[in-house]
Amino acid sequence: MSGDTIGLLADSFMKILIPGLKMTIPLTVLSFSIALFISVLVALIQFADVPVLRQICRFYIWFVRGTPLLVQLYVVFFGLPSVGIMIDAFPAAVLVLGLNEGAYCAETVRSSLEAVPSGQFEAGLCCGMNYAQIMWHVVLPQAFRTAVPPLFNSLISMVKNTSLAANITVVEMFMATQRIVGRTYRAMPLYLEVAFIYLIFSTALSWLQRWCEKRLNHYGGV
Amino acid sequence: MAMLEIRNIRKSFGENTVLKDISFGVDKGDVISVLGPSGSGKTTLLRCMDFLETADSGIMVFDGEEIDLAKASRARQSEVRKKCGFVFQNYNLFLNKTALDNVTLGLTSARKINSAEARERGMEMLRKVGLERRADRYPNQLSGGQQQRVAIARALAAVPEIIYFDEPTSALDPELIGEVLSVMRALAEDGMTMVVVTHEMGFARDVSSRVMLIEHGLIVEEGSARDFFENPREERTRAFLRRDQNN
Ligand SMILES: Nc1ncnc2c1ncn2[C@@H]1O[C@H](COP(=O)(O)OP(=O)(O)OP(=O)(O)O)[C@@H](O)[C@H]1O
Ligand SMILES: [Mg+2]
Repeated sequence: MSGDTIGLLADSFMKILIPGLKMTIPLTVLSFSIALFISVLVALIQFADVPVLRQICRFYIWFVRGTPLLVQLYVVFFGLPSVGIMIDAFPAAVLVLGLNEGAYCAETVRSSLEAVPSGQFEAGLCCGMNYAQIMWHVVLPQAFRTAVPPLFNSLISMVKNTSLAANITVVEMFMATQRIVGRTYRAMPLYLEVAFIYLIFSTALSWLQRWCEKRLNHYGGV
Repeated sequence: MAMLEIRNIRKSFGENTVLKDISFGVDKGDVISVLGPSGSGKTTLLRCMDFLETADSGIMVFDGEEIDLAKASRARQSEVRKKCGFVFQNYNLFLNKTALDNVTLGLTSARKINSAEARERGMEMLRKVGLERRADRYPNQLSGGQQQRVAIARALAAVPEIIYFDEPTSALDPELIGEVLSVMRALAEDGMTMVVVTHEMGFARDVSSRVMLIEHGLIVEEGSARDFFENPREERTRAFLRRDQNN
């Protein structure tokens, strides 16, 4: 590697990392919180078989999973203003990423709820507990443990999906890199550099996943 | 008057009529063993009595109060359930809770008993089944026999008027059956009212006050344990007992 490339990488590192810390991470954290909230709600509605709401949830999942994330971003950011709804780039990205991942996570959470043996619920009934008490103390904690690995999958892919927000003018890591490339015409080292930073973020999340699984494993295999 | 009475309970799953017309009474302190070949509807009967299944029709009279088994409201069902304990064939301990928490969860959540008091009562129940030293173990860290004893402690903690047992020992290795049966025997001696679906003829003969044989969703014969085993009225009962001896 030439000294000039090393200098470029060193100069640009903070310029890419800082938007990563200031934009990519908050975007991920906010969007994923929304996704988790939506997914638990949608999964519980389906699990409890609430009429009408259940159909709405199915429609939401069908729609979101059936359309590209990039198209969804464009519809919200470039499409909605034409019907009078203006949303700034960052909140638009949070909203779309959250709604998008929420649909996938909802299926994860629903299948984890269904994987809890029915005897667990029945035992709760026989202890005099009501639906909400059984869900809260018994079914949800067990489902959550099953859901942790696939939810981390979703979280990690969300970190990477935040790069699509560059398309709607959010200056996150990838957009920041593109700008430096625009000035320096050094695409290869700079895009590899940003790839490397994404890799660091994902690796940290994999560690976090392992730690969470270990903590949740205290009651052993089912 | 009987403490609990079941009148004309019926239940089908689709075309399959599992309970045809079953009526019986349980007095306070009774230990009733329910016998019958596989598929005769014993589990279904217990499940209908605790509203885990909804009967197609039938009446339950519990402490003088009449309840329609087919149409009882949620609130009514949970009211009845709070007076009953249920011990499952496969234990069904809460997998995410320790032995002690299994026993106390119903007390703290459903009955709003404060946790210190629940804990004390929970430990007392675990002591009763000989497991106070396993209080902090999770179900998967316990043997089948220990898990079933925790399940019995959990049922006892709610101070039920009656406990239903659905083949409490049939998922157990032979060498673990004894510890569970002896806990149940002690309960019977304490005067606990119990309905026990079982294949353990020794238990039915020695511990129960009455025995009931069910087949094809009907009661074949019902009587005191002594009459049932020593002087059965029905040819079908004699055949059932003979076949069991041969096993
Ligand atoms: N949820 C269900 N759906 C459909 N059929 C069922 C259901 N539960 C039980 N059955 C049927 O009802 C019949 C009686 O079942 P049940 O479990 O009550 O028998 P059992 O006397 O407890 O038998 P075992 O001694 O094998 O436990 C069986 O034919 C069974 O297939
Ligand atoms: Mg059965």
